[in-house]
Amino acid sequence: MIKFDDVSKRYASGQDALSHVSFQLEDGELAFLTGHSGAGKSTLLKLIMQMELPSSGQLIVNGQNLNKLTRGQLPYYRRSIGLVFQDHQLLFDRTVYDNVALPLQIAGYDSREASRRVRAALDKVGLLHKEAQKPVELSTGEQQRVGIARAVVNKPALLLADEPTGNLDPELAAEIMVLFEQFSQVGVSVLIASHDHNLISKLHHRKLTLEQGKLISGGDRKGGR
Amino acid sequence: MATKRDTRTRTDARPATAPPRQGGGAVLLGQHQTAAVDSLHRLLLEPLSSLLTCAVIGIAILLLQNLQGLDAGIDRTGSISLFMTEKNPAKLHELVATLQRREDIRSVTLITPDQALQEFEAKSGFAEALAGLDENPLPPVLTVLPAIDDTAGVTALFDYLQALPGVDVAQLDLQWLQRLNAAINVAARLASLLALLLGVGVVLVIGNTIRLAISNRSAEIVVVKLVGGTDAYVARPFLYTGLWYGIGGGVIAVVLTSLGLWALSGSLAQLLATYDSDFTLTGPGLQGSFAVLAVAGVLGWLGALVSVLRHLRAIEPR
Repeated sequence: MIKFDDVSKRYASGQDALSHVSFQLEDGELAFLTGHSGAGKSTLLKLIMQMELPSSGQLIVNGQNLNKLTRGQLPYYRRSIGLVFQDHQLLFDRTVYDNVALPLQIAGYDSREASRRVRAALDKVGLLHKEAQKPVELSTGEQQRVGIARAVVNKPALLLADEPTGNLDPELAAEIMVLFEQFSQVGVSVLIASHDHNLISKLHHRKLTLEQGKLISGGDRKGGR
Repeated sequence: MATKRDTRTRTDARPATAPPRQGGGAVLLGQHQTAAVDSLHRLLLEPLSSLLTCAVIGIAILLLQNLQGLDAGIDRTGSISLFMTEKNPAKLHELVATLQRREDIRSVTLITPDQALQEFEAKSGFAEALAGLDENPLPPVLTVLPAIDDTAGVTALFDYLQALPGVDVAQLDLQWLQRLNAAINVAARLASLLALLLGVGVVLVIGNTIRLAISNRSAEIVVVKLVGGTDAYVARPFLYTGLWYGIGGGVIAVVLTSLGLWALSGSLAQLLATYDSDFTLTGPGLQGSFAVLAVAGVLGWLGALVSVLRHLRAIEPR
């Protein structure tokens, strides 16, 4: 699903955010991306989302070589990825339903199909009864679950999460993790950036550990160095 | 980032996701509808500020519209006066008839010495002095109105008339004619320039309004781009906002024009009557009003486009 081949990212300031990272994430696999803040977790996710371009190396996601992606293709590529933010990034001027429906609206689903999918996604995160409310009326945990519903409503092949439990207490964090595991079980590849060691150690999944831009463990299983 | 991406080769143009369930045209139509309705709805949510923006645009369009008609209807030709040595009325009438057949002459009027004397007495106040004269010293005069308005043509006509037998002196205030023509040209140029500036003004006002709208919604734009919104999808609501502003301004311009005409019509009719003019003030009419709305809408859309091209690409997810 994801293949990093000797990928480096150096910013204009000269700082090396990632150096010679190689790893592979299989279809339907769930893995954690860990490391201290500043180790390069966010940069790695941004490369996958094409918010940043690598300085060198090759990145293949969902069969697509990202070095060959044009600006015109970029939106369609992004539609194949669900993204969960630490601060959920919901739009506060519209209802929970409309927030979750946004990716479908953009992709041009007809309203009946969209409504079916939005309700299925909200049901999955247990918030179907709050579809008419505004995000501001929800708790932090609920807001995060709406963000997850929006990320999966388009049935993406890949789900990325950037510190999805960063603002949640341990109990809520565990609930969110159960959700991610369920997605992985139905074939979605999931990559979760997190520095929550307690949570990660309780769950038995692969761990990719970054330190100062280098992948120091977890990358050697397939295609790594 | 954007420029770097553009240089990449276009291989593998296949979209990464399965195509949506509707046909492409229907999808686009639906998204246009949503963007049009949403952007109108947003404008109506803040009626006062939207109205003010529309009013600014409306007044600019009103001025623009009126500048267009400035140089219409001004009579550009001067007249040529022929002072005659020929005094035989029959021959004079014959000459008038001959001249009137020429294509470069619009009309010829004969002022007989008696008419001229009467007019002179009535208007100059020299009636008593004139009464002391033995005979009428005034010559017959032909007033020739050319049917052409280019200076060269009028000069040629003047030369021809001056050489006619029986003509003593021909008089054409050519300098006055040239000055008038030059002044009209300057005014017309000035009007075009002002119209252009006002058009640019409308574009800039809307561009700036849209720039603010874009920066107010930058968080939303980032999210939309991250979940796969194309540049066109992101730009669409702002382009419609510009269109609505323009049309709103056009409506205000049409309404102001109608109100102004209505308020002026009575007193203007009185004024024109004293000038013996059959000029009537006409509004833009239904067709003209639609033309104003169309021009205003296009200007609004253009303003939004300028702003969108300048500012939207700068908002990228970071």
